[in-house]
Amino acid sequence: MELDFSVVIEYFPRLLTGTWMTIKLVLLSIVLGAIVALPIALARISKNWFISGVPFAFIFFFRGTPLLVQIFLVYYGASQFEAVRESFLWPMLREPFWCAIIAFTLNTSAYTAEIFRGAIQAIPEGEVEACKVMGMTKMQMYHRILLPRAFGIVLPAYGNEIILMLKASALASTITLLDLTGMARTIIARTYTPIEIFLAAGAIYLVISIFVIYIFRLIEKRQNRYLGTLSIKVPDKG
Amino acid sequence: MLDLHGFGDQLLQGAGITIQLALCSLVVGLILGLLGASAKLSHIKPLQWIANFYTTIIRGVPELLTVLIIYFGATTVLMAIAGVFGYEEYIEIGPFAAGVTALGLTFGAYATEVFRGALQAIPKGQHEAAIALGMHPRRKFFRIILPQVWRVALPGIGNLFLVLLKDTALVSVVGLEDIMRKANVAVSNTKEPFLFYLVAAFMYLALTIVSMVVVHYLEKRASRGLTRG
Repeated sequence: MELDFSVVIEYFPRLLTGTWMTIKLVLLSIVLGAIVALPIALARISKNWFISGVPFAFIFFFRGTPLLVQIFLVYYGASQFEAVRESFLWPMLREPFWCAIIAFTLNTSAYTAEIFRGAIQAIPEGEVEACKVMGMTKMQMYHRILLPRAFGIVLPAYGNEIILMLKASALASTITLLDLTGMARTIIARTYTPIEIFLAAGAIYLVISIFVIYIFRLIEKRQNRYLGTLSIKVPDKG
Repeated sequence: MLDLHGFGDQLLQGAGITIQLALCSLVVGLILGLLGASAKLSHIKPLQWIANFYTTIIRGVPELLTVLIIYFGATTVLMAIAGVFGYEEYIEIGPFAAGVTALGLTFGAYATEVFRGALQAIPKGQHEAAIALGMHPRRKFFRIILPQVWRVALPGIGNLFLVLLKDTALVSVVGLEDIMRKANVAVSNTKEPFLFYLVAAFMYLALTIVSMVVVHYLEKRASRGLTRG
């Protein structure tokens, strides 16, 4: 077996173009996904069945089916309806880029909503009570205590979700988008060097995920700095 | 009722393939996971390095890319190996074998972490008690450690299986005749993409629900020694 890695050098600029597309896809869907996720998470917490039922079904559907099906549903499925093809949304739904963004956003928002819910519910009841005892208004309580707390709790899981999204974004290549994977596949169709090019693409994904992990470790350290150093140990009860 | 234009049977056949693929990958993945966890916890440094390298690479690369690398790369690698032994015929690996390899490797990498946590959660006293009773290390592992690891690891493994089930759809990209592929064929014949992809989605959803029920039952069974009253 002879591997010829000179093709990697030759096509590296094109792989970088694909990388940029991947980064755009991930960033846009992560930001939009977080915006969609917050109201879903808040509604999901509600004890009222009418309010929590719809988010529950939404989350269950998007977490229980493959992302590939969801992408195909948006990209190919939407065009089945005359009404969609004539609506103002059609110029967007015709573009694979926006279809990928829609599918990714819905998918990641379902996962993110569950992460947010877990974080909000993980704040000890005592902290809410303490805020009330201090005479804080509800706004102050959320602004000063609860949201910063939830943010600190959410970080590790949210970092994981971004990496999962990064890997899931490779599916955009199935609807003709030239993201990193898509670009690799087009290069391979021309050069017939699957191992070299795919390994190079894999290495780029790896570098991006290591970068994300690193950034999140920094934010986490900053956000949870009030937890102090390990030298302060709270003695166990009993 | 839904009109599937006679593609219902095809979709069900696809579901059969999807289930086979998921179960085969599960077996491969569980074995790799146990091996990986043992390697990470072993005192032999090179074994730790190999296991860390394996989990870092697999977890950092998209599953679709893993499937593609194995499907398109395995032929080259296998032919190179066969060439060493003087075998010059063309070797091709089918989408099913490639899928089991890729998904098994992925599952194994994540399962390594789950099993490592579970192995570490077993109190030291359990090991000591087994040794004190004069158990052979292998016997200690299968009789005492593994059943407890199983109980601790089950929720994590269950989640991984749900992920695996959804990842099987990726293998349709290299031509495996699973639910997704059958849906694609139906769509190109009937021009009703929304209907068939939605049916496919609900088939995956049904498989997910069944798996959740089975995992719940297994969890209950595995912790029956702990429930009180």
